[in-house]
Amino acid sequence: MNRNNKLKKIFSNQLFSTLVALLLGFVVAGILLVVLGHNPFTSYYEMFAGIFGNPRNIAETIIKATPIIITGASIAFAFKTGLFNIGSEGQYIAGFVAAGVVGVLLDLPPILQVPILLVSGMLAGMIIGALSGFLKAKFGVHEVISGIMLNWIMFYFQMWVALSSPLFVQETSGTESINVSGQIRLFAAEKTAGNYAALAEVPIIGSVLGRSDINYGIIIALIVVVVLQLIIKKTTLGYQLRAVGLNKDAAEFAGINVNKNIVRSMAIAGAISGLAGAANIMALSPNKINSIAMFENYGFNGLSVALMAGTSIPGVVLTSLLFSSLSIGGNILQLNTGAPSELISVLIGIIIFFIALANILPVIADKIASRKTKEKIKNE
Amino acid sequence: MNNILTIISITLMYSTALIYGALGGMISEKSGVVNIGIEGMMAIGAFAGATVGYLTSSPWIGFLCGGLAGAVLGLLHAMASVTFRANQTVSGVAINMLGLGAALFLSKIIFDRADTPILLKKLPKLFGIDATAILAFLIMIFLWVFLYKTKWGLRLRAVGEHPGAADTLGINVYAIRYLSVIASGFLSGLGGASVTMSLVSNFSPTAIAGQGFIALAAVIFGKWTPHGAYGAALLFGFAQAITVYLGGSAAIPSEFISMVPYLMTLIILVFTGKSVAPKASGEPYVKGAR
Repeated sequence: MNRNNKLKKIFSNQLFSTLVALLLGFVVAGILLVVLGHNPFTSYYEMFAGIFGNPRNIAETIIKATPIIITGASIAFAFKTGLFNIGSEGQYIAGFVAAGVVGVLLDLPPILQVPILLVSGMLAGMIIGALSGFLKAKFGVHEVISGIMLNWIMFYFQMWVALSSPLFVQETSGTESINVSGQIRLFAAEKTAGNYAALAEVPIIGSVLGRSDINYGIIIALIVVVVLQLIIKKTTLGYQLRAVGLNKDAAEFAGINVNKNIVRSMAIAGAISGLAGAANIMALSPNKINSIAMFENYGFNGLSVALMAGTSIPGVVLTSLLFSSLSIGGNILQLNTGAPSELISVLIGIIIFFIALANILPVIADKIASRKTKEKIKNE
Repeated sequence: MNNILTIISITLMYSTALIYGALGGMISEKSGVVNIGIEGMMAIGAFAGATVGYLTSSPWIGFLCGGLAGAVLGLLHAMASVTFRANQTVSGVAINMLGLGAALFLSKIIFDRADTPILLKKLPKLFGIDATAILAFLIMIFLWVFLYKTKWGLRLRAVGEHPGAADTLGINVYAIRYLSVIASGFLSGLGGASVTMSLVSNFSPTAIAGQGFIALAAVIFGKWTPHGAYGAALLFGFAQAITVYLGGSAAIPSEFISMVPYLMTLIILVFTGKSVAPKASGEPYVKGAR
């Protein structure tokens, strides 16, 4: 009996089901590679060797993971409180645009400029997130619907700022770049001045510095993860938010104001997604608000990594790194084997699908347990 | 008068795909399965329709294959949601990634690029209206009659509202949910194909670009009824038509006009208040569970 319980414990473990899903995802994608006439083992080996054997790709992996760690943490946080923050994309845009506008108009020393831009991004994201929460709490509008609507509204808002607002620069497709004082790229000043010769002499990272936007964003991302995890696990606020997420009625009965906590949770999630936008415009060249053809998917990819992590906030760090390394790996795969890089989107889709299926694992464990018990009874 | 006709025709053009998607989403949720994977089902349908339509030069076969491709993803979603009792939202997100990913992947393999060749023969028009738009209207009428006037429709609704009670009456909850979700995929796939075979004439990575999510909003906006979903999708199409019609000519920047449908939805939802989903929507049914 003890052993069966152990089996159930393992099967219910998030890390276990994520690992199983990853494995199965790679197996299915491997079968696709075989169908296309490639050796999956060498293809995968070359892909990972290409990612981790090249300093530039390692740098790119971290750079690409940074924003989705932050949006992923925002979404995982909302999940913990029972809310589905599909509006992360719009909150991201709000933060991106707010930091972009303030960053162009204001030029203070970096020690002030950087925090001001980050905070303005957070505030903008918070407003959008809190609006979703308010609409849910006050009018019963589902946060998924308001989130989708606000995503589109913010999309067109970015288009307006980029192309029709007073900040629009003629004969470009966007605004000016934000002032260097607000940029968190390494050696932003040298890069802006075009002084690439000096960059090459920087030790260790000099060889990739000129071509990569290596930035301090990852530090912000890790701080976000730690802070959100502390809020959710160690504070009264976190306790209340989780209680609302687990059982609304029980929370209400225990004297927790459910509506207030819905707004609070969405405000925090919104602020964090907004922070991702702010950090991105400060980190990635050309550091300006451009017109976009479609959503840039920072919010939607955050959703993917949050689900891959089984909505664990710290887990998002790992799944984001995996996600971004795979998306770089897709290009390497295409170069090496000619297999379309979209294989990676399929792979990630399959992984998430298997993570959804993993719900059945504890049920299977239960069935095995009950069968064994029945046999035992029969034998006795 | 001419202006009004133009706006009506643009409205129908832009709302058709949304109508298919919204009807698809509605039928799935009616049976108790949340389907946020409409976007991915539309994407694979858009690709399959345009591809088969191009290769066979028969637009109707292409259109049908678009539906079938969506139905395959519907089957996956049904397996996850019904048999595996998966979190339906997570499965839906996976379907969205898989749909677009598989479409682009296959396009690269078949045509060696991300967009398919231009169709020689698009789906026909009748009296100046896309045949797909007329079909969408007929499907809505059919679904309304089916859901509210037939025994099977009653069963489907019962399964979505109270699967336990339906089960005790001898209704096969699992089978009905499977069929509904597959039908949902089929309709969404048709919606995708209507974009690439009527509105434009090939598949490209941005062919669907969020329309599945708007269809999802139309389901809720339309209060989970066929006529409601149809009306909501028309409204989105209408707002789009206004944007296109006014274009750059208006004093208001076009970006703000583009926001109108989304703002309008939010405002209307605030005033109409809570829309009530089928009771068992989103909950896997476990036979014998209390």
